[in-house]
Amino acid sequence: MSQDVFILVEHLKGQLTDGTFELLGIGREVAPQTGGRLVALLLGKDVRGLAEELGAADVVLYVEDERLSDSVPEAYRRVLAGLIREKNPKLTLLPTSSLGMDLAGALSVDLNLPLIAFCKQLAVQDGSIVATCELYGGRAVVEAEIPEGSGLALVLPGASPADKGRSERAPAVEEVKPSVDLAEVKVRFKGLIEPPPGDVDITRQEILVSVGRGVQRQENLPVLQELADALGGVLSSSRPVVDQQWLPPTRQVGKSGMTVKPRLYLAVGISGAPEHVEGMRDSELIIAINSDARAPIFNVAHYGAVADLFDVVPKLAEAVKKRGA
Amino acid sequence: MLDIVVPIKQVPDLVEELEIDPSGTALDMERTRFVINELDDHALEQALLLKERHEGRVSVVALDVGEVEETLFMALAKGVDQAIKISGDFGPAPDNHTTARVLKDVLGGLSHNLILTGVQAIDDLDGQLGILLSSYLDLPYVGLVSGVQIEEGGGKATVLKELPGGVKAELELPLPAVLGIQAAEQPPRYVPVSRVRQAMRTATIEERSAAAEGNGRVRVRRISKPEVGAGAELLEGSSEEIAEKIAGLLADRGLLK
Repeated sequence: MSQDVFILVEHLKGQLTDGTFELLGIGREVAPQTGGRLVALLLGKDVRGLAEELGAADVVLYVEDERLSDSVPEAYRRVLAGLIREKNPKLTLLPTSSLGMDLAGALSVDLNLPLIAFCKQLAVQDGSIVATCELYGGRAVVEAEIPEGSGLALVLPGASPADKGRSERAPAVEEVKPSVDLAEVKVRFKGLIEPPPGDVDITRQEILVSVGRGVQRQENLPVLQELADALGGVLSSSRPVVDQQWLPPTRQVGKSGMTVKPRLYLAVGISGAPEHVEGMRDSELIIAINSDARAPIFNVAHYGAVADLFDVVPKLAEAVKKRGA
Repeated sequence: MLDIVVPIKQVPDLVEELEIDPSGTALDMERTRFVINELDDHALEQALLLKERHEGRVSVVALDVGEVEETLFMALAKGVDQAIKISGDFGPAPDNHTTARVLKDVLGGLSHNLILTGVQAIDDLDGQLGILLSSYLDLPYVGLVSGVQIEEGGGKATVLKELPGGVKAELELPLPAVLGIQAAEQPPRYVPVSRVRQAMRTATIEERSAAAEGNGRVRVRRISKPEVGAGAELLEGSSEEIAEKIAGLLADRGLLK
């Protein structure tokens, strides 16, 4: 086993994701603890140019192949399994993303390596891989360890500031030829489907009134719409509201939805699971209203009110109209 | 014929306060209330939709963990053809690697060409169940799926996989396969308690047993609850006072027009 720390580089439409820099930032902290190098694994088609931006890593290993399209994790899985088996790093970090979630479990079985998911922090202490994980929708913190040997970790978005993983240095760059036959990949990419146009673009709004499961039923939405109107903002939501088809998918904030950074994010009846928080944590001002004092949204909000939204929201709309008038 | 298996997992009901065992390394299973993993409910809904669309049958399987019978009867009431409860020496809280290996054994004796699971659960400390199961079964896997079309003849499926920003990838894969469902094509159907009670009287849950080999290699050192509201300044008072305070904060920041 080597003492190196590997991170998987993720890129979309020719751009490195923030998640990549977050992993590099964490890797930069963990590598000195193992005494190994920080190695970035860059896979894709025509990706060599992206290596220059990965200066936080000591080494970039890149694999180019026509079939390494972003959207087919199975091809990534085959290449990564080969690379990790051959190089045998102490720890491999993957992002909790559409790509990473379709890789980690498979690599754990393929390589017979233990895996820790939902990681917020990672360290290597006396040979043990130690992780702090956010489980149960952010309602529990679990300190977990892989006591010996090497392992894999799925790291939550926002676990480390992306800026810690940016560097002006030039990394050593090395091309690797895949040792596996990608013709055997069973999943075939057919195309990308962009979200339907026509609805408002929530990523461009200054004020979002965002509703969650606490709204209880679709008939309750007009009260929130009234508040949004009074504020000159629009309604957005967490996943369950979209799954219930109370609002269109274009309004969804979080994983597989939009990442928003409005001047005001008013979270109403949203518990604040990690999948939601990753899409709104960088908002300038976050105010949360939730009847559950234990809701994790209060850990990310700047201001919070433990209250029944149906009591507060109409009064807030009134108070806003009064001041605006 | 489309033979769909939906492995279901019970998870703590987050409506209740989490209760931590005195050891500090696990939840207190005696005092925990369980519900179906929400995304498994979506997987079940997707299976029922596919059954209605094609000639097919749906089986649900679950390890005997966390009040699972209620959930299995709920699935029977919703219209699944078979519900299987697996007992074994996997303890009250098996990890997902263990659960996946147990399911692999049971699935070996069960006809199936499509396995649908929720793409994740709130307690997936050692990774997501569906992808682990697909790897043990050596079947193709796609996760974060929110749409499934089965091709005539049942040899292939075309699925929509969610990417960031509301974009979806259309992917084709041969069956049998495992899919990690993020959302069913419609909200999970509601079944009244009376129908669940009726299922309890008339339907049966099949029982199987399976050996659990080994344990996961991720050890829990400590489980704790995060400090509540560590980040937020709390606004207190009557609802009028809270509304006034929020309006004041917004006015101070020039957010009221």
